[in-house]
Amino acid sequence: MNRFDYIRAGSVAEAVAAHAAGAAYLASGTNLLDLMKGDVTRPERLVDISRIFGLDAIETLPDGGTRIGALVRNATLAHDPAFAKAYPAVAEALLSGASAQLRNAATTAGNILQRTRCQYFYDTASACNKRQPGAGCDAIGGVTRTHAVLGWSEHCIATHPSDFCVPLAGFDAVVEIEGPAGRREIPLESFHRLPGDAPERETELAPGDLVVAVRLPPEAKAFAAHSRYLKVRERTSYAFALVSAAVGLTFAGDRIGQARIALGGVALKPWRARAAEALLAGAIPSPELFARAADAALQGASPSGDNAAKIDLARRIVVRALTLAQAGTPARIPALPASPFGA
Amino acid sequence: MNSPDTGFPITLTVNGVPRSLVLEDARVTLLDALRERLDLTGSKKGCDRGQCGACTILLDGVRINACLALAVSHDGASITTIEGLADGDVLHPVQAAFVDHDAYQCGFCTPGQIMSAVGLIREGQAGDDPERVREGMSGNLCRCGAYAGITEAVLAAHAAMNAPDVLPGGHLSEDAA
Repeated sequence: MNRFDYIRAGSVAEAVAAHAAGAAYLASGTNLLDLMKGDVTRPERLVDISRIFGLDAIETLPDGGTRIGALVRNATLAHDPAFAKAYPAVAEALLSGASAQLRNAATTAGNILQRTRCQYFYDTASACNKRQPGAGCDAIGGVTRTHAVLGWSEHCIATHPSDFCVPLAGFDAVVEIEGPAGRREIPLESFHRLPGDAPERETELAPGDLVVAVRLPPEAKAFAAHSRYLKVRERTSYAFALVSAAVGLTFAGDRIGQARIALGGVALKPWRARAAEALLAGAIPSPELFARAADAALQGASPSGDNAAKIDLARRIVVRALTLAQAGTPARIPALPASPFGA
Repeated sequence: MNSPDTGFPITLTVNGVPRSLVLEDARVTLLDALRERLDLTGSKKGCDRGQCGACTILLDGVRINACLALAVSHDGASITTIEGLADGDVLHPVQAAFVDHDAYQCGFCTPGQIMSAVGLIREGQAGDDPERVREGMSGNLCRCGAYAGITEAVLAAHAAMNAPDVLPGGHLSEDAA
């Protein structure tokens, strides 16, 4: 790990003022310190935001929506009874991620800003356009089971690793930002960037921007009775998704009212499947309908390497998640959250 | 704000005892502060990257990986390590359960396993369900493969401590069992 200046910020304004070129904000550090230990990232200054008052609240807003402060721990949010009841797929996604120790430390803002787990990004002996723009991409032609099948480019085939972000994208969450240019908001769905020819630009944040909260709209609560997060990984627990899906349905009689679908593990951002949602809206649910929705969700998918199996896997996960969501949100988060092997 | 010239003075309450130290460098993790500065070597450095759980401690009552926390960032925190569990010669119920259920072989991961189990029982999410215990302990790897004994030990300790059943957070509706 390189040496760095350490500054503890007492307020958002102080943090933004202390940020300079080469600086990074430090919340818990579960991802940042890991990257620094591997020399993947070498910030010259850490601006510690972990003591900033007021950033760790879960608030119900006047419109019925929920505002999650940047420093709310993943475990705190998932175990908040009112939150879990209103947004069960978000709680299940959170509890399917990382380990209990990491969830106790990891924050809301840190989760959405975590970097890809592409092993070529982590391995400083490999070429990576994210780490070093223009260096090339050793993932291409490499081991690609964790890599993208949607939205990738010849410059980068990495995926975004967050579980939390998948239902956040599906349920129209908004990211609140304060920065040198003042306060602004970006929908979570457009917060992360696809790689294109600039994979080193991972989000729409400008230098010095600080994520202060993530907001879920009141409309997302309408899906609470029929919401699931489903995640396929290489072991039952404590692994990143190969493919995951967050699904929410509403019903009007025997017809689907509205549908929300987002996929994880398939692209460099959580992948909202709007065409699939449109196909489901107002339709009578059936296995055939769900299969067509899955095809629509994976429209345009193509293997970025030896990972064509992920496309079919993702289709099946969409069908399975829709089927589970139709059956209804379980009364209690399963013993193995989001697992296809769970109850 | 401090600079490398003056160092970073911090105070941690470790196992109930206030400990003051001056970090010469902001890079020191909580794990290294405990092991190298405070001579509390019970917390183990396995991977040092948050993957194995051998460094698990309670930070302000909650289990975390000490290897992925900067000590300077946690000035004023209260920490419990494996050294702080027993009451003299009387083992903590989780320690006793690990002995009773042969929940280790080489022992390297054991302090982290025990601290993680203490944290899990406090979190109230495991109850008496072995599947929930296995899920709740998945952040602690055991290369000897003592998982069966570990699961039994956590269940037995949970019962012995008469710990409350699952907290409301695990429930999504009022009528959940």
